Amino acid sequence: MTVVSFILSDFIDYKVVAFLLLVTVSLIAMFFDIVPVLLAAFLSAMVWDYFFIPPRFTLAIQGVDNVILFSMYFVIAFVNGALTYKIREAEKNINKKIEKENTLKLYNTLLNSLSHELRTPISTIIGTTDTLQEEKEKLSESNRDELINEISKASLRLNRQVENLLNMSRLESGFLQPKTDWCDVNELIYDVVNQLKDVLQNKPVEIKIEENIPLVKLDYGLLEQVLLNLIHNAAIYIPKDAVIKVKATISNQNKLILIVEDTGKGFPENEIYQVFDKFYRLKNTNTGGTGLGLSIVKGFVEAMKGTITLKNGEKSGSIFTIEIPTELAHLNDIKHE
Amino acid sequence: MSSAIEILVIDDEPQIRKLLNITLQSNDYKVKEAFNAREGLSMTANHPPDLILLDLGLPDESGHIVLEKLREWYTKPIIILSVQSNEEDIVSALDNGANDYLVKPFRTGELLARIRSLLRSSSTESENPILISNDIQVDLAARIVKRNNEVVKLTVTEYNLLALLVKNQGKVLTHQYLLRAIWGPSYINQSQYLRVYIAQLRKKIEDDINNPLHIVTESGIGYRFV
Repeated sequence: MTVVSFILSDFIDYKVVAFLLLVTVSLIAMFFDIVPVLLAAFLSAMVWDYFFIPPRFTLAIQGVDNVILFSMYFVIAFVNGALTYKIREAEKNINKKIEKENTLKLYNTLLNSLSHELRTPISTIIGTTDTLQEEKEKLSESNRDELINEISKASLRLNRQVENLLNMSRLESGFLQPKTDWCDVNELIYDVVNQLKDVLQNKPVEIKIEENIPLVKLDYGLLEQVLLNLIHNAAIYIPKDAVIKVKATISNQNKLILIVEDTGKGFPENEIYQVFDKFYRLKNTNTGGTGLGLSIVKGFVEAMKGTITLKNGEKSGSIFTIEIPTELAHLNDIKHE
Repeated sequence: MSSAIEILVIDDEPQIRKLLNITLQSNDYKVKEAFNAREGLSMTANHPPDLILLDLGLPDESGHIVLEKLREWYTKPIIILSVQSNEEDIVSALDNGANDYLVKPFRTGELLARIRSLLRSSSTESENPILISNDIQVDLAARIVKRNNEVVKLTVTEYNLLALLVKNQGKVLTHQYLLRAIWGPSYINQSQYLRVYIAQLRKKIEDDINNPLHIVTESGIGYRFV
């Protein structure tokens, strides 16, 4: 700016230069810390004096007008720099406050959903053990068995929530490094469905896997968790007569495509874009849930450099499509030792 | 019974010790408890138990170190108890001589099954070359595998893999262990071979390959023949 002003100094008045320099100081104040800003204000005053105020190329100032002008410039440059800096600070503080409020909101949502999701099984366990201990004589055999069964169910539910929370914190820490190894897609999918057989009672799962699907080099544990959460989710939200379908293929671009769809009610169109958000739960749902399951799915898929999309089926139901790039190993190449 | 089988539980959590104590006693095992590594090691030295349940997270010393110290002289089965989702922990414990592992929270039925299978294999130290598991019969001397009394045709590698798993019936074998034993040390990272051969074996010996009952997958760790 100084250089430009210097070149133009033959054409413009040195008083105009002062304004140009002031603009520079303001600009600097918008981006730098207080010390460089004040330094810039000071230097600009010196520069103006030395190069522009007649007699030029000396620090001396001629005439009362110019002395007043220079002192005014000095003050204005400093005040200007300091004020701009202050405004910036104030803005920063406001942003911080907003951020804090957002985290607080997040914590509140977390605590609300957690206290519900953890307390329900805990109260089941406490209440049931109380009944078992105190009403020994009055309880019929079948009622007692049922109560014990409730304890068992509640603790499994508790365990699943804790697992979800641990997975979430794994994702949040930002250190999630997929451990890739060769995975058999058939084994993976049937393994997950077998693990969920208690939840899937009376809810048929149709599995369709591309014939002779090659091995994929991905993280088995992460894929397992992704499918567990998606299928578990489908199983608890779909109505009784609905069907869950799991499909696996390899795309032309060496991507593993996993599709989990169901013939349930699907998701409300205006909420679809939010379902992967942390702690987001559909409006008007009664079924419990922390709203963590799908955000973990998305996080894990993205950790493997994949993508996940959700859309509703043409007639009904929802379709989750996962695409993950992977190395492939074709079985026939390996069999010929 | 005077010669009840003795099990030593090394775990710092009183609740877990109590649970294990009651469960094992009601299944006719004699139970001793140690609440930290030091006590566990001295109790083992004074009166070696028939089997040890060892928690990896002990307050005074890592369970891994206890395991190494025990394995310097103690040859009977050791089952590792570990907290959730720590595959590397488990694999390294298995490689350091643990016979099996259970992840907390575990089901009692599973614990008892593991104990039974380990005690069985350590007591018989099989001189009998014919091993049987339900419909599968493996004759290690004649290198013949039969399913429902019909001979199953296996390639050499398939047979070696199956024989190794069957010899360690009930015990989990890690991916790396299997790869090294069957294909050699340079193959320990070539897990694709293992995947393919396990799939082929299942096709030949399982009723439903998608719901395998004999060759069970231990996700992230290895395989187990039951």
